[in-house]
Amino acid sequence: MSRVIEHSEHSYPVGGDPLGGADSLALIEPPTVRPAAQRSRGVRVVAAVVPPLVLAGCLVGVWFFAHHVWLSARRKFLIPPPTKVVRESYLKWDNTSTILEGLVSTVRVAAIGLSISIALGIAIAVLMSQSKLIERAVFPLMVVVQATPILALTPIIAIVLGTNQTSRVLVCVLITIFPITLNTLYGLVSAEGGLHDLVTLHHGGRLTRLRKVMFPAALPLLFAGLRIAAGLSVIGAIVGDFFFGRGDVGLGQLMKRYSLNTNEIPLLYGTTLVAAALGVTVFLSFGALQNAVIGKWHDSRSGGGH
Amino acid sequence: MTDVVDPAVGTALAFDQVGMTFPDGTEAVAEVSFAVGRGEFVTVVGPSGCGKSTLLKIASGLLEPTRGSVSIDRERIGYVFQDPTLMPWRTVSGNVELLAELHGIPRAERRELAQRAIDLVGLRGFERHHPKSLSGGMRMRCSLARTLTLRPPIMLFDEPFGAVDEITREHLNEETLQIFLQEGFAGLFITHSIFEAVFMSSRVIVMSARPGRVVADHAVPFPYPREPDLRFDAEFARICGEISTDLRAVHR
Repeated sequence: MSRVIEHSEHSYPVGGDPLGGADSLALIEPPTVRPAAQRSRGVRVVAAVVPPLVLAGCLVGVWFFAHHVWLSARRKFLIPPPTKVVRESYLKWDNTSTILEGLVSTVRVAAIGLSISIALGIAIAVLMSQSKLIERAVFPLMVVVQATPILALTPIIAIVLGTNQTSRVLVCVLITIFPITLNTLYGLVSAEGGLHDLVTLHHGGRLTRLRKVMFPAALPLLFAGLRIAAGLSVIGAIVGDFFFGRGDVGLGQLMKRYSLNTNEIPLLYGTTLVAAALGVTVFLSFGALQNAVIGKWHDSRSGGGH
Repeated sequence: MTDVVDPAVGTALAFDQVGMTFPDGTEAVAEVSFAVGRGEFVTVVGPSGCGKSTLLKIASGLLEPTRGSVSIDRERIGYVFQDPTLMPWRTVSGNVELLAELHGIPRAERRELAQRAIDLVGLRGFERHHPKSLSGGMRMRCSLARTLTLRPPIMLFDEPFGAVDEITREHLNEETLQIFLQEGFAGLFITHSIFEAVFMSSRVIVMSARPGRVVADHAVPFPYPREPDLRFDAEFARICGEISTDLRAVHR
């Protein structure tokens, strides 16, 4: 109830002369909003950070519990305690440098794959938005690519292209291009009909329409697609590397190697945590990029109240 | 289909036996003939779905009529939509500059035209705001400013103030009339509100239910500029009553 009232105060001037010029400036942001936001800022940060930290702490507790209590002495090596994982993976330089090199390789593959997907995906989406024929031809194909499990494609890729970096990049492109293309396409056609009428009335051409109306309108959905694709590109780089198992050693190959040697199981956990951290970093970076580019005019989910 | 209006005649827009049947067989308007002269403000009222908006689309060229013809200068038509239809990614000045931009007017001149229009609608000080931080009435004024930048000789209004509250609507009516007098365009206005129609217009045209035909053409003799208090004038009430009677007759 109180949310509704607060919202209506945002939308309509309350009191005063609704036609007034500069003097109605204050009406756009009700004076009650700003101080309240300032006062609760610290509280809100705590409210956002504490619950996940507590939950993560609980999970680490479960992890300790699993090692010390749950597993029998003979099987304790399967789940090494977090302390040992950290010590082996991040405090022994030899191991750490191996994992970091793997990280660099994986990041490189993911970045190349994602860049290709972005360029290609946006281009395809633009073509699809311009021609019904192209849309009808391309769309079912994209669905087929998306619906085929990537693990079913990797053997074919390995046979045809070998197991070098190109193949890993291709795996990345195949799993990231769908969300980018589809989101961009939906975004491009999401512009209000009236804006299209306006361009028609003033004799704007196809390119003008695309540049001034369709492309900016597509940005919020394009960014939504980018965030999904960015996370997938990390998965693609790791899955490709894990499956192909040759060439430049990335996180995928490390995980495979560590999983085969009992002594290196703590490193498997350590590598997995690095992969998780990479995924989170990528997701957050694209969220920040989105806020920087369209945050001024578009309320994104992650933005919270303003 | 479209002839360019001879400025000497003093007609800004003329419908001649215009009819519109959509591909699905719906006959929206039939045999509509009327003209809007320079300096005239004509409002069309009628029941929902009588093809009022279709008439504006035909006048602007967004729709081609299936019968009859329209005379209008299509180079600089002002079209105010039902919704503000602003670009959420542009600021107020960015939105207002759009049309000049589409016509390839250089940046400096564009700025000037936009600033003038922003001042006209009373949005000075809000140039750098994005639409999301404006109220409904302000968004509509921004939309109005955008239309005014090119100083169109004819303005088409498609029920533009239907979504704002009553007080804001009355203010917008008065303000629009002020701009009408200042700019000297011909106005064709669509509304559901009889009061709005009579207050704004020099003529009120009543249309029948679908297919829309012109059933009455009322002159509103009050001179411009009009005072807000005109709404409580006895003669004002009498004209509103006449139009209301016409509307009841066609509203089956």
